[in-house]
Amino acid sequence: MLDLKGYGPELLDGAVVTIELAFLSLLLSLTLGLIGASSKLSGNRLAKAIATFYTTVVRGIPDLVMMLLFYYGGQVTVNMLSDWIWEAYEIDFFFQFDPFISGVVTIGLIFGAYMTETFRGAFLAVETGQIEAARAYGFTRWHTFRRIMFPQMLRHALPGIGNNWQVLLKTTALVSIIGLTDMVRVAEEAAKAERMPFHFFIPVAAVYLILTAGSELFIKWLNKRANVGVVQGS
Amino acid sequence: MADQAPLICRDIHKTFGKLEVLKGVSLETRKGDVVSLIGSSGSGKSTFLRCINLLETPTSGDIIVHGDPIRFTTNRKGERVPADNKQVEQIRSKLSMVFQSFNLWSHMTVLENIIEAPVNVLKVPKKEAIERAEAYLQKVGIYERKDYYPAQMSGGQQQRAAIARALAMEPEVMLFDEPTSALDPELVGEVLRVMQSLAEEGRTMIVVTHEMAFAKDVSTQVLFLHQGVIEEQGSPQKVFDNPDSERMKQFLAPKF
Repeated sequence: MLDLKGYGPELLDGAVVTIELAFLSLLLSLTLGLIGASSKLSGNRLAKAIATFYTTVVRGIPDLVMMLLFYYGGQVTVNMLSDWIWEAYEIDFFFQFDPFISGVVTIGLIFGAYMTETFRGAFLAVETGQIEAARAYGFTRWHTFRRIMFPQMLRHALPGIGNNWQVLLKTTALVSIIGLTDMVRVAEEAAKAERMPFHFFIPVAAVYLILTAGSELFIKWLNKRANVGVVQGS
Repeated sequence: MADQAPLICRDIHKTFGKLEVLKGVSLETRKGDVVSLIGSSGSGKSTFLRCINLLETPTSGDIIVHGDPIRFTTNRKGERVPADNKQVEQIRSKLSMVFQSFNLWSHMTVLENIIEAPVNVLKVPKKEAIERAEAYLQKVGIYERKDYYPAQMSGGQQQRAAIARALAMEPEVMLFDEPTSALDPELVGEVLRVMQSLAEEGRTMIVVTHEMAFAKDVSTQVLFLHQGVIEEQGSPQKVFDNPDSERMKQFLAPKF
């Protein structure tokens, strides 16, 4: 039986942190992706420009640099702001930047940019005739979006979302560098203390593999549901 | 008024960029009219049809649906746009359209396709909408396919489902945009027969078509469009057997 030298419960806690972090970041990135794609496809020039700036900047900077910039830069900004507010208004505004929240925000922001592109492509892949039929039958714009555009877009977006999700899940390992005790950090400490790298890193790798493989099955199932009514491979 | 004209179009112009596609097309229908719009590709007949339900906004001209004139305004770019989206949605729900490529919603079954607009736009109770949908599916002869997805059916069946979807709105006017052009030749007949039976019931229809036999035998009024103007207009007998315009004569001449 696998002997984790007493680090078992800690590793388990770390795994829970990893999963929580991944899910919350996913939610944030999906939301940002939908907003970003809608902005890019909207007629509004300002919205388009902001979304393009966002995806260009975020996709152009290494994840690690973003993470450090957000966490340390964020804390410095808060310190400066709170000093200034205290001097000017004597209001105590100081707070400590929480690594978990910084992690969710950073990863969510990064993957929001990728999701933006995924959703944008998926919206563009919906046949115009489908939307035209909705308009011709007197649907409101919201009704068209909710009942026709969104479900049809999802079919095109799911493979991309699945891809992004797998990369996102693995990117959560980066949070250990900003001091969040996720699965990787616990394993690192344990491996150092016990001088047994394989002993701790292989189980961690296995957990990631189980999570990604499991999600793949889930995404396959979702895909099947979203593709109802589509004749495959014809 | 009970016998108000279901649809009047007055002097419709449509310009895309510098290209003037429609140069003043007018049409007045009475209840039960079957109007065939014929003409070669690029004559503007489909554009005219799409102007009627505002899939394209006419550059100028009036559209009056059952006595209700569509209101227009000018946007910031100086383009003419409908003034009231609610009115547009309401008018569209009275004018159902049948498309060349069917445009059934591919993620919904046939039955779901048919009840979607009645339930969500006309606010018909779902149970009633289903009963109505089933009756129309019987009528177009594909009741047994009601739980199929569009992609699982032939083109002819899909187009008949699309006609059932149009009927379920119980529209003032049905608009057909080349309904048989995307079909294999052997499937054209089943769709035309359904359309003929609708015409015989006295439904008001406007049909853009290349099926000359249909235009000749089923319509009450034929419009021949050429380069954005009506070249010839009148009863099928007049337009087909005794046309005034040279263009119309050429159009009808045997091709080989």
